[in-house]
Amino acid sequence: MKNRHLELIDVCKSFADARAVDGVNLAVEEGAYACILGPSGCGKSTLLRMIAGHESVTSGDIVLAGSNITSLSPSRRGTAMMFQDYALFPHLSVRDNVGFALRMRGQKEAERHRKADEMLERVQLGDYANRFPAQLSGGQQQRVALARAMITEPQVLLLDEPLSALDPFLRVQIRSELRQLQRDLGTTFVHVTHSQDEALALADQVVVMNGGEIQQSSTAFDVFNKPRSEFVARFIGGHNVITHDDKRVSIRADRMGISWPSRDGLMATVVDIEFQGATVLVKSQLNGDSDAVVVRLGDTQFFEHPLKVGEPVCLTWREEDAHALAA
Amino acid sequence: MARSASFYVLAAFFACFVLFLYGPVITIGILSFQGPRGGLTFPMNGVSLHWFFDLLEEQAVGDFWGAFRRSLLLGCMVMVTTVVVSVMGGLAFRRRFAGATVLFYLVIASLVIPSILVSLGVGLVFNVLDWEVHWSTSGFGSQLTWTLPFGLLIMFAVFNRFDRAYEEAARDLGANRWQTFQFVVLPLIAPSLIGVALFGFTLSYDEFARTLLTSGSYNTLPLEIFGMTTNVTTPVLYALGTVTTVFSLLIIVMFLVTARLMRRSADRHSRGPVS
Repeated sequence: MKNRHLELIDVCKSFADARAVDGVNLAVEEGAYACILGPSGCGKSTLLRMIAGHESVTSGDIVLAGSNITSLSPSRRGTAMMFQDYALFPHLSVRDNVGFALRMRGQKEAERHRKADEMLERVQLGDYANRFPAQLSGGQQQRVALARAMITEPQVLLLDEPLSALDPFLRVQIRSELRQLQRDLGTTFVHVTHSQDEALALADQVVVMNGGEIQQSSTAFDVFNKPRSEFVARFIGGHNVITHDDKRVSIRADRMGISWPSRDGLMATVVDIEFQGATVLVKSQLNGDSDAVVVRLGDTQFFEHPLKVGEPVCLTWREEDAHALAA
Repeated sequence: MARSASFYVLAAFFACFVLFLYGPVITIGILSFQGPRGGLTFPMNGVSLHWFFDLLEEQAVGDFWGAFRRSLLLGCMVMVTTVVVSVMGGLAFRRRFAGATVLFYLVIASLVIPSILVSLGVGLVFNVLDWEVHWSTSGFGSQLTWTLPFGLLIMFAVFNRFDRAYEEAARDLGANRWQTFQFVVLPLIAPSLIGVALFGFTLSYDEFARTLLTSGSYNTLPLEIFGMTTNVTTPVLYALGTVTTVFSLLIIVMFLVTARLMRRSADRHSRGPVS
């Protein structure tokens, strides 16, 4: 089952003045949902475009299902790409957009219409075949783009920030639809995003990138609970990075507590309080240290002993929640 | 709200400008309806269609139907060549190639060189090479020195706004280069090509200076009209002016309607969600 998979071996990409991707090694299992996560300019999009064949590889190899696809043309690699703003052809109907790849292969009109309609049914857009892309909502456009890419029966679907064109409400809804579709289709998805929430919600495998290199590649659970470096801990969010016993450690904000007047912990001063509904964020500044620490308290817990800005607090955590970071 | 003084000054200036722009054309239009015994100037000696019918008769001087046919054909040749070469040039300039900047300036320079010099130069070269100067060869070529740079500049603007993701998507879906152009790029830029075509045709149809020394023994329409102004002494000249102006307007309207229709079909594609 896990025989067909995507593998990147020491992949590099240099542009005239900079190295965008620097020695990336990565393996994605068949049928997995992988998210490449990182800040803008970290090389994640370049990496995706190299897998798709829209960007040449400076050095290294890309292997898909046992064959080296490094220098094959985009359509012969067994990959399909979903573009950031979908790049649906505005002059073609939804049906013709979805059937485009079949038309390029010279399939008969009746045949490709039948297959396109079939694919549209799968993404619940059967009634929209005769519409034009601009007549669809953002979410519907996204599903057309998905259907158009999937009709080529790719072994890997590459998605470039597929949710960034949507408004925040829709984004969460489409996100779960995307995950559902991926499960139904069983195709390997590689999804590039700068959103931590998106990566954690969707991915079986989260790949955190920075500066053209992979910082960490593991399950969403491990990336969140065992961030390997300070960068990962800070980027994934919800963590405090402090120096404890001369080591840098990360502690989840919701695993920290505040005890006062007991002084059995780290002394700090409250600098800000942010009410977030179910939880309250207490931001504090460590005494005699530059690190700021955020503690996420449940609302009941917070309002039992409300705090005010400027009050001294004592920060506590359980030893097993302090996760040591690589230097 | 009271208008400021500058409004009236500017409005008066604008009115003068419009009058200056269209006054001569309107004057010619009016005089072309001169009565059968009327002259080249006001006052009108009755109103008639006499001179329009006179146009259909054999003329003592001037062969304007022949000239019209030549201008029409030449305009179409220039139009098609301009569209095809501009699109190809525009595509070429999308990627950086050695000498691109130099080539660009060379192309644009031909807009700056005085038209009459271009005409003279082309005529001279044909002479030196002992080729016959003819509207369909030397005339055609010297008109292209005028329309091609314009066409190319329009295509620059068009391709500047063109999203490369469409082409990448097409390539991703298995289209080869030609298919990408045929099924994606061309349909998307088609409405802009109407503009290039209109430009090419009208620039050629009323081109004078560049054609003056390159058309050979057969005149294009503007040259013929110019020749007639010195020989013809009846308002038939004005009738001709009116007819050609109306023809030009019809051509422009035709292009605009075509562009509107294409845009409407594009609008149909871009209307909001239909519930």
